[in-house]
Amino acid sequence: MTAPLHEPTAETAPSAAEEAAVAGTEAKAVQGRSLGRIAWERLKRDKLALAGGVVVLLLIAVALLAPVITALVGQDPESHHEDLIDPLFGTPIGSFGGISGEHLLGIEPVNGRDIFARIVYGARISLLVGFLSAIVAVIIGTVLGILAGFFGGWVDALISRVMDGLLAFPQLLFIIALVSVMPNDMLGLSGTGVRLLMMILVIGFFGWPYIGRVVRGQTLSMREREYVEAARSLGAGRFYILFKELLPNLVAPIIVYTTMMIPTNILTEAALSFLGVGVKPPTASWGQMLSSAIDYYQSDPMYMVIPGVAIFITVLAFNLFGDGVRDALDPKGSR
Amino acid sequence: MLAYLIRRLFAAAVMLVVIILVVFSIFFLFPKWAGVDIALSFVGKQAGPDAVEAVRLKLGLDDPVFIQAWEFFKGLFAGRTYAAGGDVTHCSAPCFGYSFRTEQSVWPVLTERFPVTLALALGAAVLWLIFGLAAGVLSALKRGTLWDRAAMIVALSGVSLPIYFTGLLSLAIFSHGLGWINAEFVPLEDSFTGWLGGMILPWITLAFLYAAMYARITRATMLEILGEDYIRTARAKGLREQVVIRKHAMRSTMTPILTMLGMDIGALMGGAILTETTFSLPGLGQKVLDAIRTQDLPFILGVTLITSVAVLVANLVVDILYAVIDPRVRLA
Repeated sequence: MTAPLHEPTAETAPSAAEEAAVAGTEAKAVQGRSLGRIAWERLKRDKLALAGGVVVLLLIAVALLAPVITALVGQDPESHHEDLIDPLFGTPIGSFGGISGEHLLGIEPVNGRDIFARIVYGARISLLVGFLSAIVAVIIGTVLGILAGFFGGWVDALISRVMDGLLAFPQLLFIIALVSVMPNDMLGLSGTGVRLLMMILVIGFFGWPYIGRVVRGQTLSMREREYVEAARSLGAGRFYILFKELLPNLVAPIIVYTTMMIPTNILTEAALSFLGVGVKPPTASWGQMLSSAIDYYQSDPMYMVIPGVAIFITVLAFNLFGDGVRDALDPKGSR
Repeated sequence: MLAYLIRRLFAAAVMLVVIILVVFSIFFLFPKWAGVDIALSFVGKQAGPDAVEAVRLKLGLDDPVFIQAWEFFKGLFAGRTYAAGGDVTHCSAPCFGYSFRTEQSVWPVLTERFPVTLALALGAAVLWLIFGLAAGVLSALKRGTLWDRAAMIVALSGVSLPIYFTGLLSLAIFSHGLGWINAEFVPLEDSFTGWLGGMILPWITLAFLYAAMYARITRATMLEILGEDYIRTARAKGLREQVVIRKHAMRSTMTPILTMLGMDIGALMGGAILTETTFSLPGLGQKVLDAIRTQDLPFILGVTLITSVAVLVANLVVDILYAVIDPRVRLA
């Protein structure tokens, strides 16, 4: 713990403030820089986490620019190319699942849709569900977590019981149950739209206890601190204390748990689409592609490998980045 | 101890009622609010309006909600008779529902499939406990070494891989490519070696995911505990390092792991849906998938309920085990 947080090196000449910080005590160093700054300094030294972060940014760019990217290679995710399919076996003509200059990652069996374009569009579904359901979870979890920690008593008992219950039960099964009883059209949406909305809400709903538990614990330990007491003695109301005094101090743990939740959500979306309760064809989703690939894992293994690798890289990148963010924001961490 | 036991059992009973109500709400209340025709989703469009109407009567969907809930609840313990005019269907206790689509009670179908699910879960649990714990403990003790880094990268990859993808890969490589294993499922009664051959890849696939999770958590817990004062005390009083690790550090590390293990095995009693689907194992999880495909809601309901009860029981067992191991728990 005696090691300075930031070691000056030849190429990063430290500014006067940083020099003082390094020379001074650790407490002083922390005082001199914001939490974000400290975290960034630590994150910068974590090469794996940075690599994860770069991949995440690339994926977001791919998802946003999906139409542009597919237009550049002259393909789209829903056109059929039956002429490139072996009529006897239903598999693509050519080696490695029909990979060619035209079709960068080959084509799907039977209907010959371009796999590259479907992977690019699939990134949209994965990231959309991953991020939005995390946001749903953060909102519910933060609000209920703060309420439980701050008010204590029966409010806390009730919320904590609900969180324990939700955490204990097999989520995938409950999500399947909920998604399968839901209507095919609601709120003016239908088809893929309604399925996406359902997945986002349901995954978010089952994710909030993870955030809620952490927020509750932090709130519980902070509500008796001097600065809260000071605010109270100055006549601050409950809600002022909740949102102006406590919430800013919860930002770090909330960020950490959100980053770690996104890859799990992406895996859940893929699993749901794999099982056929998520996004359905012709809309492209990685999980759904893997599910159709089951029947061809012997005759056309590339069809299975490509979406699998896409999920793996995405989730791994988010996990690496998330672990890095956690270590960087952890006040106890000396790594 | 007896007082603790009674308290725990009572809490579990209350929880059981809550679970039943929650499952009932998922299948009968939410759809109602969302404006879904429940009778139609239970029997399917192809059945025709008369059949849908009969199911509506049989399930008593026009009755007040609390009567429906009571009938559902009662059916679980005393059996249930669905009647629409002269058309009577009986579902004996425990009535986990009745599939109007296939005209079967849910419970017998599920009990028939349960042994496969049980074998998958227990076999995998043995593997993941051994490898997950070993990897986690070694990584914590050799923190920062090449071994630690390698093990943690493998573990991180393990939790990042969708299980159905690892499953398919292992099938493509070991069964189809190298031809080492004939991965067809064979019932245990037919042939022991055939059964073993069919189970080995599912076991390894499922265990790989859980071993990765357990290794990460074991390492983190162990590192935290190694930093505690009582470990320093144990070392300071001259205990051999081996004793410090085994008797002091390991014991505390095992506590949260035991809780996790109980929950995970409990949850797997409802079937590892993804693993069973990938390897075509005829367990509960595969039934869920079939039920999704054929829109046969009673089976989804049945498995959801069974799994929840299994988790509840697992929790109870873990709690009681704690009380046996650690007397302080009984007073808490």
